[in-house]
Amino acid sequence: MATLEIRDLHVSVEAENGAREILKGVDLTVKQGETHAIMGPNGSGKSTLAYSLAGHPKYTITSGTVTLDGEDVLEMSVDERARAGLFLAMQYPVEVPGVSVSNFLRTSATAIRGEAPKLRTWVKEVRETMERLHMDPAFAERNVNEGFSGGEKKRHEILQLELAKPKVAILDETDSGLDVDALRIVSEGVNRVRETGEVGTLLITHYTRILRYIKPDYVHVFVSGRIAESGGPELADKLEAEGYESYVKGGVSA
Amino acid sequence: MAEAQNIPAGSTTAGAIAVAAESTVATRMSAPPSFDVADFPVPHGREEEWRFTPLERLAGLHDGSAVASGDGVKIAVEAPEGVTVETVGRDDARIGRAGTPVDRVAAQAYTSFEQASVVTVPKETVLTEPIRIAVHGEGGVAFAHQVIELGAFAEAVVVIDHTGDAVLADNVDYLLGDGAKLTVVSVQDWDDKAVHVAQHNALVGRDASFKSVVVTFGGDLVRLHPRVSYAATGGEAELFGLYFTDRGQHQEHRLLVDHNNPHNKSNAVYKGALQGENAHAVWIGDVLIRVNAEGTDTYEMNRNLVLTDGARVDSVPNLEIETGEIVGAGHASATGRFDDEQLFYLMARGIPEQEARRLVVRGFFAELVQQIGLPDVEERLLSKIEEELEASVA
Repeated sequence: MATLEIRDLHVSVEAENGAREILKGVDLTVKQGETHAIMGPNGSGKSTLAYSLAGHPKYTITSGTVTLDGEDVLEMSVDERARAGLFLAMQYPVEVPGVSVSNFLRTSATAIRGEAPKLRTWVKEVRETMERLHMDPAFAERNVNEGFSGGEKKRHEILQLELAKPKVAILDETDSGLDVDALRIVSEGVNRVRETGEVGTLLITHYTRILRYIKPDYVHVFVSGRIAESGGPELADKLEAEGYESYVKGGVSA
Repeated sequence: MAEAQNIPAGSTTAGAIAVAAESTVATRMSAPPSFDVADFPVPHGREEEWRFTPLERLAGLHDGSAVASGDGVKIAVEAPEGVTVETVGRDDARIGRAGTPVDRVAAQAYTSFEQASVVTVPKETVLTEPIRIAVHGEGGVAFAHQVIELGAFAEAVVVIDHTGDAVLADNVDYLLGDGAKLTVVSVQDWDDKAVHVAQHNALVGRDASFKSVVVTFGGDLVRLHPRVSYAATGGEAELFGLYFTDRGQHQEHRLLVDHNNPHNKSNAVYKGALQGENAHAVWIGDVLIRVNAEGTDTYEMNRNLVLTDGARVDSVPNLEIETGEIVGAGHASATGRFDDEQLFYLMARGIPEQEARRLVVRGFFAELVQQIGLPDVEERLLSKIEEELEASVA
């Protein structure tokens, strides 16, 4: 069973006056089939956790370990991590000029699956997945994220998630900027992947709204670069009612 | 392509649409067109038409100090049956009919060439095989003149290949009779040290179609002036260009489409990729719609993709309209860069770095390459692009 283990993870970024520590000892284990919601106020380091796991060069791991099924993730390049089964749905997907969605998806699938998918089944797979996400087929001919609306970008991320079939999916504020319809469509996509029972999900969010559609097994409150409290779904209800105030008292939040 | 937010430091994408009684395209030049080099002052580099060009790398083509040597360039023409290939003297009536030199180097080439090569496709002759012209640099200085003439309703494809090492200034005239169809592919695949400055003049006949494909990969400095004017009405010109500017290279393409007659079309699409320290690409797109040119339909576009830091693009489209009675006129210019965030995004989807770079560059050029319509040329371009990319990764 696939397991992502994060142990005492410390991460810094270069700031004007030297390195600034953002993650201050994160411990978390995500197993296949489980859904973990990470909730926290702005600036708590949630997105840094997501991007550090994916290997963004901006972040420096100063100590700690991350393993996927015992393999050292921190030793892998960004593309190796993706091929090993880590998927990051980004909060701000990047525009890639000159590359069509269809070409991009196929190149990515070829890299992740280790061989080019058979054209006939692939076309069908992409078309059906797009249909379920209410995406126009014309979408495939547009350039990656170029001129996409906020909702289109997020659907495109979830389309990739469904096609990538990762071991661990990290969803970085996938709910931000979505209206209720789009949130429902996107959540259904995530749930289809979860229902396979083959993915561990790390759902990073600021709001409890998305948890009405995607039911977590565990909820972690993330404050000041570490997990401040962990519990079951009931913890989300408490956050809904009380907010993050009790955790950020004393001004520890950046 | 990502536009405003993606313009790298050191690039300009200024554009202008002028509505003027007097042509600023003409007045921006420091001297009127002339066949005589003496009519042009030696440029000092601040003139509008020279301000992007590093004069010190022109090997003296601009100041009269470059002198033809015996081992300049070899020109070999390979033509299918029915085509006439001649070498003629300076007094041949066909020379200079398609256009007049517009700057000092073109005038120098015109003043200094001794013999011209004239390729003629007789009227109503439709070629099924291309005419191939190999221009090979032998390491010296050369001035040359070529004329390619198609009679009425003739159809031909001409591939001009520039290879080797040379300092070359030349003029190439394309004369299209009524209803003629000419596609010219000019490939600048020079060795690293070559200097090439050329003016291409196309005179498009009534209902004729001219397609120019300019491909620039090599050379230390390449500066080309593809120019089109129309002899009558109903003509069509397509100007496609593709360049891959590497470290230290200066590649400059200065287009002018002169809608000097009514009811003609033009469409220009130039795309370039740049990589490496001091790679410099310049694109000037001048389109002039004269007061009598009602019914004109024109569009021009330049796109640049900056792959690494240290490269510079200057892209200046300029559309000048003297009559409002036109079908359409537009221009676009954008410079985007392949940056770390794009690379991260593609790699985060499992795509290795080299493959990611290749994907972006191939995608960038693909649409343009497809418009060339000559499978063997397309094939060659794609593999050349691959080669350039390999070199960049290495």
